[in-house]
Amino acid sequence: MANLQTHPAEGERRVPKGRAERVRRRRVPIGPLEYCRRWWLQLIVGTTFLLLYAPIATLVAFSFNDSRRNIVWRGFTFDYYVKAWNNQSLFDAFVNSLTIAVINTAVSTVLGVLAALLLWRFRFPGKAVYEGFTALPIVIPEICMGVAMMAFFARVGWPTGLPWPLNLSNITISHIAFSFPFVAVIVRGRLIGFNRELEDASKDLGASEWQTLRHIVLPYLRPGVVAGALIAFTLSLDDFIITFFTSGPDTITLPVKIFSMVRFSVTPEVNAASTVLIIITVIATVAATRLQAPTRRGNPGGG
Amino acid sequence: MESWRQNRVVFWLLGIPPTLWLALFFVIPLGIVWFISFGEKRGVVDIAITGTLDNYVRALQPLYLQIFWKSIWMAGAATLICLVVGYPVAFAIAFAPERWKIWLMLAVILPFWINILIRTYALIAVFRTRGFANFTLEWLWEKGDWILTTVGLGEYQLLGERFMPLGMLYNNFAVSMGIVYAFLPFMILPLYANIEKLDRSYMEASFDLGAGHWRTFTSVVFPLTWHGALSGIIIVFIPALGAFFIPELLGGTDSQLIGNVIERQFKSANDWPFGGALSFLLMYATFGALALRAALVGRGKGLEV
Repeated sequence: MANLQTHPAEGERRVPKGRAERVRRRRVPIGPLEYCRRWWLQLIVGTTFLLLYAPIATLVAFSFNDSRRNIVWRGFTFDYYVKAWNNQSLFDAFVNSLTIAVINTAVSTVLGVLAALLLWRFRFPGKAVYEGFTALPIVIPEICMGVAMMAFFARVGWPTGLPWPLNLSNITISHIAFSFPFVAVIVRGRLIGFNRELEDASKDLGASEWQTLRHIVLPYLRPGVVAGALIAFTLSLDDFIITFFTSGPDTITLPVKIFSMVRFSVTPEVNAASTVLIIITVIATVAATRLQAPTRRGNPGGG
Repeated sequence: MESWRQNRVVFWLLGIPPTLWLALFFVIPLGIVWFISFGEKRGVVDIAITGTLDNYVRALQPLYLQIFWKSIWMAGAATLICLVVGYPVAFAIAFAPERWKIWLMLAVILPFWINILIRTYALIAVFRTRGFANFTLEWLWEKGDWILTTVGLGEYQLLGERFMPLGMLYNNFAVSMGIVYAFLPFMILPLYANIEKLDRSYMEASFDLGAGHWRTFTSVVFPLTWHGALSGIIIVFIPALGAFFIPELLGGTDSQLIGNVIERQFKSANDWPFGGALSFLLMYATFGALALRAALVGRGKGLEV
């Protein structure tokens, strides 16, 4: 490519060496498609990322700020983490969130894998409609699902006031209903790259359905299953809208608690609780992304 | 792929648990709301399903039409900002060197995984009277004032006597910004996917024929990537209409989204039939938008061949 060659200019020899390097680099003309080297695009992208991250970064930073009012930096402290930890209702909300997320992850991973295997393996009448229905919880606005779950539990007379953790059952059930379709999508993405002949070979060699699933299909699926499980975990831990409609006075989750705290007043305690939630979800998501990445590279059709 | 008849036991074992869950805890709840939307409120918890269309007609009252209009306006403005910001960012990622791409993508996706409520809360510290936006403006004001004084224009007080903080929080502006902040990644991802697929020789041809960057964008890039823009618009605009917590935290008394009206019917106003009708109207709008997209994209594909 012509535009990658350097064009030594006449005056360059007179410039001191360090600067000459810089000048020469600048002299390489920007190719028409080298958008990343255009200052205006760099400016737009830089500003966007700054605006995207600055509020979150300050929120995290101010959770360590030694001042009740979140305005000026007054020194580093862990006080608000200790306070948040000792705040009984906040701590309960955190435990509730984790409990729901763990149960949700276990159940929706199983349901998601089953649904993915069903859609991958079988032809059956009405399959397109069935696929549409499994995608529906992903597609419809969350608030519609939230009010539907609220109306459902009220109409069927779902028992309230059960001992912990049974009182979390309605939230957990709603979370599973919207998480497992996501797991199914992720696992199906992984299944696209699976060589069906392996399954046939296994059966030809006398393995039963269960043995084939256990020793051939599931080991291949594992990265997809783990990624799906992590996504289910994050979706549940992060969910606000659907939980808002299904939680009662005694069954508060962390996002719902944060919401009511923010409406009441803005304190560094909220920042501390938020930071904890951010850290957990970011770790889970980054792990999920890393697990999914090799799959995508391995089979371009699998996205 | 085998027919379900070949192995019925496995078929049912795989199929029953997820189907049952979906039917019991998704289809039936939606069905209940659908039935309720044709009902009448009798007493505090009593709802009689009478098959009336009153709840849907009520949504057409001027009071609600006005709220919907404003809600569409706020979410629409936010979607437009997302589109205008999203295109250059998606462009930059698509044209970035391979080794940066994955990091830039991660940088776009990461905020999307941080709780949307927390991100909304983070904006309060930016927009309030003593917030970072006002601090920045104050700093700019001081610099501007200093420059004016230095050049001898100080006594005219062109920038006002002293800095007046702008009221950026608790109004429609804050709500629109909240939507942009919450949903921008949703816009960038589909745009990126489409720009990435774009055959770059079309752009080179456009440059060779003497078009500039803007002309190339409007006549070549946009017509070839508008599917992504359309997907982005749908997945920003529709959830934005339902995001009731954004006006709740950032909006003023009169900034409401459709989500707020629905939330109120199910919580404080306790009018489930009307709330049910509204949430189904929102759902029909979603399906309408998706069907429209499918139709447009399908037609576009036919023409491309």
